[in-house]
Amino acid sequence: MNLTLKVWRQKNANDPGQLETYQAKEIPSEASFLEMLDIVNNQILEQGQDPIHFDHDCREGICGMCSLNINGIPHSKEQGITTCQVHMRKFSDGDTIWIEPFRAKAFPIVKDLVVDRSSFDRIIQAGGYIDVRTGSAPDANSVPISKEVADAAFDAATCIGCGACVAACKNASAMLFVSAKASHLNQLPQGAPEKEARVIGMVEQMDEEGFGNCTNHFECEAVCPKSISADNIAKLNRDYLLAKAKQSVSS
Amino acid sequence: MSLDSKIPEGPLSQKWTKHKMDSKLINPANKRKYKVIVVGSGLAGGSAAATLAELGYQVECFCYQDSPRRAHSIAAQGGINAAKNYQNDGDSVQRLFYDTIKGGDFRSREANVYRLSEVSCNIIDQATAQGVPFAREYGGLLANRSFGGAQVSRTFYARGQTGQQLLIGCYQALEKEIQKGGVKMHTRTEMMDLVLVDGHAKGIVVRDMVTGEIRTHAADAVLLCTGGYGNVFYLSTNAMGCNVMAAFKAHKRGAYFSNPCYTQIHPTCIPVSGDYQSKLTLMSESLRNDGRIWVPKSKEDAAAIREGKKKASDIPDEDRDYYLERKYPSFGNLAPRDIASRAAKEACDDGRGVAKSGLGVYLDFRDAIDRLGEDTIRARYGNLFQMYEKIAGENPYQQPMMIYPAVHYTMGGLWVDYNLMSNLPGLHVLGEANFSDHGANRLGASALMQGLADGYFVIPTTIANYLATQTPGSITEEHEAFNSAKKEVEERIQKLMSIQGTKTVDYYHRELGLLIWDKCGMARDKAGLEEAIEKVKVIRDDFWKNVFIPGEANGLNMELEKAGRVADFLEFGELLLRDAHQREESCGGHFRSEHQFTDTDAEVQSGKTQVGEAKRHDDEFSYVSAWEFTGVDNEPVLHKEELIFEEAQPSIRSYQ
Amino acid sequence: MPQSPPALVTFWNSSIGKKIVVALTGLVLVFFLIAHLSGNLLIFVGQKAFNDYAYFLHHLLHGAGVWIARVVLLTSLVLHVVATVQLTIKNRASRTAYQKEATQRASKSSRIMIWSGFTVLAFIIYHLLHFTARLGPYSSFNDLTVTRPDGSTSLDAYQMVINGFSSLPAVIFYVIAISLLCSHLSHGVASIFQTLGLSTSKTRPLYKKLALIYSAVIWVGFLSIPIAIYFFRLGQA
Repeated sequence: MNLTLKVWRQKNANDPGQLETYQAKEIPSEASFLEMLDIVNNQILEQGQDPIHFDHDCREGICGMCSLNINGIPHSKEQGITTCQVHMRKFSDGDTIWIEPFRAKAFPIVKDLVVDRSSFDRIIQAGGYIDVRTGSAPDANSVPISKEVADAAFDAATCIGCGACVAACKNASAMLFVSAKASHLNQLPQGAPEKEARVIGMVEQMDEEGFGNCTNHFECEAVCPKSISADNIAKLNRDYLLAKAKQSVSS
Repeated sequence: MSLDSKIPEGPLSQKWTKHKMDSKLINPANKRKYKVIVVGSGLAGGSAAATLAELGYQVECFCYQDSPRRAHSIAAQGGINAAKNYQNDGDSVQRLFYDTIKGGDFRSREANVYRLSEVSCNIIDQATAQGVPFAREYGGLLANRSFGGAQVSRTFYARGQTGQQLLIGCYQALEKEIQKGGVKMHTRTEMMDLVLVDGHAKGIVVRDMVTGEIRTHAADAVLLCTGGYGNVFYLSTNAMGCNVMAAFKAHKRGAYFSNPCYTQIHPTCIPVSGDYQSKLTLMSESLRNDGRIWVPKSKEDAAAIREGKKKASDIPDEDRDYYLERKYPSFGNLAPRDIASRAAKEACDDGRGVAKSGLGVYLDFRDAIDRLGEDTIRARYGNLFQMYEKIAGENPYQQPMMIYPAVHYTMGGLWVDYNLMSNLPGLHVLGEANFSDHGANRLGASALMQGLADGYFVIPTTIANYLATQTPGSITEEHEAFNSAKKEVEERIQKLMSIQGTKTVDYYHRELGLLIWDKCGMARDKAGLEEAIEKVKVIRDDFWKNVFIPGEANGLNMELEKAGRVADFLEFGELLLRDAHQREESCGGHFRSEHQFTDTDAEVQSGKTQVGEAKRHDDEFSYVSAWEFTGVDNEPVLHKEELIFEEAQPSIRSYQ
Repeated sequence: MPQSPPALVTFWNSSIGKKIVVALTGLVLVFFLIAHLSGNLLIFVGQKAFNDYAYFLHHLLHGAGVWIARVVLLTSLVLHVVATVQLTIKNRASRTAYQKEATQRASKSSRIMIWSGFTVLAFIIYHLLHFTARLGPYSSFNDLTVTRPDGSTSLDAYQMVINGFSSLPAVIFYVIAISLLCSHLSHGVASIFQTLGLSTSKTRPLYKKLALIYSAVIWVGFLSIPIAIYFFRLGQA
C-alpha cells in the first residue's frame, strides 16, 4: 500500500519543529507500524538525509518505550496496544497518517518524535516503591494476600510507563500513571506502612513536574495500552484526601 | 593469565555459606568511600545497583534506554524458578541444582549453579516484599506452575508478565536509592569502552546519546550487566537496542569471552513475514500444552498452502505429519526447546514449511477446541491468541497458528569466577552477560532467577573481596588511561562518521544475521562455519568502507548508535563462529550436525536415546571455552576451564 | 529544618486538593439548585404560595437564614470559580498542542467546562442583579409589593418573576444559560463522585446516568417557568 505521512520533525529541544510530508511507498500490509517507519527511514537514508527519530525497543508491547501519536491518538485508535503492536493492515491504501510525538510540557521533545519522560522516574522516586532492604524480607508466604486483592493490585501494576495517558489527556495529566502505581502498592499489605507518605509524595512531585490535573475526561483510559482503569484515579483522590486529613491532624 | 575460578573448598552444599564467612567485609564508614559503576539496569544491573547503594557504596548506573524500567528483562513472560517447595512435591535446592545442571547439558559450573539454587528462595521473598504481584491461590498463598525440564512445580509467575513485574520491583528499589542519593542514574547513556589502569577495570567511557558528548567515569570497580548478544542474529526476540558492545569492549580490553556458541533458539515464535521484519515475537511455550505441531506430509500440499491454494483445514489428518508426536512419542509436543526447534527446521528444510517464506509450521488447537471447547482454550490462552491475531492478522481459533523457532537467549558471556569477577580485576559481570550458570542450554524460568540472584545476593557479598584490596578513590578521571580511552572512542566515532558510504547500518546487520543464522543457527557444521568465518570478514571489511551514517555525532543520532553496535557484532560474530567451530560436539543449544547419535551407537541400541539427538564428547569437551582477544584480524586464543563434576555425574540428557 | 506549610495550604496548592475543593463546592451548589428549583416551581401553584415561600426564606432564623445561605453559597461559588480557573490555567500550561487533535471518550460537555462555567457565572451575576439586588433597569421591581395577612408589606416575588420573563431577550439569555448550566452539570455531577473517590467502573455508568437525569430535571424545571410565562402567558391576565 502507499501512504502519505505527515511527520513531526524537530532537530532538537530548541528547534520549533514542523510537520514534514513523506510518501511511504509499497508498504506490505503485514508490516508493523514501526517497520513501516523503518522502510520510510531506509528511503530517507538512501537520499542521504537524517532519518525520522522515534523511540522503540522491545517491539512487543511491554517495555513502554515507543510513543507515537498516530492520527491524533497515542498508540493509534486501536485499543489496548502500544504503537509497536499496530499493524499496517489496519490502514488502507492512500491513507494520510499524522505522526506526532507525545506532547506535554513535562515531556520535552528531544528530537523528532523522541520525548524525555524522566519526569515519570522522578515521580516514582517520590514514593512509588516499598522500602525493603535486600535480605530483610520475611518468607514470601508469611503474609497471605487474598486473590481479589492480589488481582486488583496486579491490574494496576501492569502499567508500562509509556506516558500515553499524559499524551492523550487534554490537560496532560499524569493521574492515571501516578494512581496506577499508588493503587498497586497501597492495596498490598506490604505497601500499607508507607501509604500516606507515598500518596502525598507522588502527587506533589507530579504537580511539580508540570503535569496538569484530571478533569475526568477518561481519554487516558481509552488509550492505555494495558487498559488500566480510571478507578485508580478515584482511589488516589480519596487516598490523597485521607492522607492530608491525617497529616493535618497529626502534625 | 590463568583461569582461577576461585571455587571455595568443601562440600558443594557448604561452599556458599563458607564463602560468605570467608569473604572480606568493609566497614560501613568505608563503604561510602568506594564508587562502583553498574552498566545496565535490567534485573541484574538494577538489583545490584540498588543493593550496593543500600549497603552504602556510591553507585553510578548507566543505561541506554530513557529509563531503567525499560531494560529487556521486562519482556520475560513465563516465570521464575525457586526451590521453595511450597507445593510439597519433593522440590529442594539439590533438585533445582540438578535440573539446572542437566538442563545445561553438563556444561556449567557446579558451584555456581548450586549457589543459584540456594539463593533462589530469597529472591521470591525479596520480590514479594517489594510488592511484586505474583499469582496467588484462593487461600492467599503464592501459586506455582510447572515449566520445561522439571518434574516439580516450582515456577512463580505473574500472569504472562513475570519479567515486567520483577523488573518494576527492582526498578522501584533503584529509584528509591536514586532518591536517597546512593545511586546516580545516567539514562540514554551508552558505554563505549572500558578503562583499565594497571590491568584493573577502573572506569568506563560513555556517550551521552542526547548530546553526543563523550565522557569518562572512574570508579573502584565496574559491573557489566548488559545482557546477551542474541541480536548478532539480527532477528531475535531481543529488544532492538540489545547489543554486545559493553561486553565486547571489555573483551577487547582483555576480558575472556566464554562459550559464545551457546545460543538458545526458542521453538514457538511468530514466523518472519518479510524482509522488512525488524524483530521476532515469542509466544509462550505453554501453548504447546494443548497445541499440536504439524506440517503436511507431502511437499505438494505444503507448496499449495504457501501459494494460498489450500488451507490447513483442507489437509485431512492422514496427510498431516505431527512430527514431534511421531519422533518423540512420550514427550510429543512438549519436547524440550532445542529438540522442538531443530525438528521444525528439519521439516521446513525438507520443503514442507507452511508459511509464505517456507519457514513456519502449524501449531494447531483444532483438536483441543473440539475436546475442551473454545471457552476453555480462551480461558487458558486468550491473551496469547489475541497477541497472535494482532501480529499475524489471523484468528487462531479458526486457523492454526504458524510458528517458527527464533533466537531467544544466549548462555555464553564474559568469563567470571565464583565472585562474578572476570579475569580482569575489578570487572564483574552479572546476569545474561556472564557465562556462568546455564551451561549449554538454559531452562525456562531460570534467566530471571539468575539475574536477580547475581544482583541481589551474590555481588553484594563478593564485591567486597575485590574492593577490600583497593584504596577507595585512588583512581580518578584525571588518569592518563581515561584520556587515551576517550580519545580512542572519539576517533572510532569520527571514523564511522567519515565513511559516508552508500549502504545502511541495517543492511550490514541483516547480512551478518542471515549468515550467522544460516551457518550457526539451530544446526552447525564444520564446513559451514569455516565458510561463515570467511564471509563475516568480508561483510566487516565492506562495512568499514561503505556504511552510511547521516547527521552529526554531537546529538541524538540513532544510525550512529546502531553503527557502533553493529561494528562490534561484526567482530563478535566471528568469535561466535570460531567457538562453534572448535567445539566438536553437540550440547544443548549448540548442535553440530556431525555429532549426533546414529543407529550404530550403543546408547541408541540400548534405548537411552535416539537417532538424531545431540552427542556430547565429555572426554574432550567438558570445559568452558574462554577466548582471549588478540586483535581484530588475528585468531583469538582459546583458554579452557575444565569442568569438574562432584555431585552431578554427566549423563545423556534424555527427555524421552 | 524549615517549617513546612500547614496541610491545608499544601492541600489547596495541590492539584488533587483543588479538585476536591471544586467537587465539594460543586456539591453544595448542586444541592442548592435542587432546593432553588423546588421553591421556584411553586410559581405554578400560585401567587400566594410563591410569595409565602419567598417570605419564609427571608424570615428564616429571624432573617439570618438567608444570609447564612448567601454566605455559604457565595463562598462555595468563589472557591469553585477560583479553583477551576487556577486549575485551568495550569492545565493549559501543561499541554502543548497537537497539529492533529482527536478525541475518543471525552464528552463535549466535559471539554467546555470552563466556558459553560463562565457563562453560568455571568448569568449568576445577571440573575442576582435581576432578582436579588434588583439594580439598574430592575429597580422597578422594588415597587412590586403585596400585603401580608399580618398587614405588613413584602416584595411581590411572583410578579417580579412574571415581569422578568415577559421580556424576550431575558428569556433567551435564561434559556442559553440554563442549557449551558445543564451541560456543566452533566459532567460536573458525575465528576464529583470520581473526584471524591467514590466511583468505580461498576458505579461510573450509574453516576453518569444520575448526572444526566439530574441535569435534565434542572433543565426542564428551570426552563418551564420562563417558557410558561412568555409563551403560555402564565400569571398574565
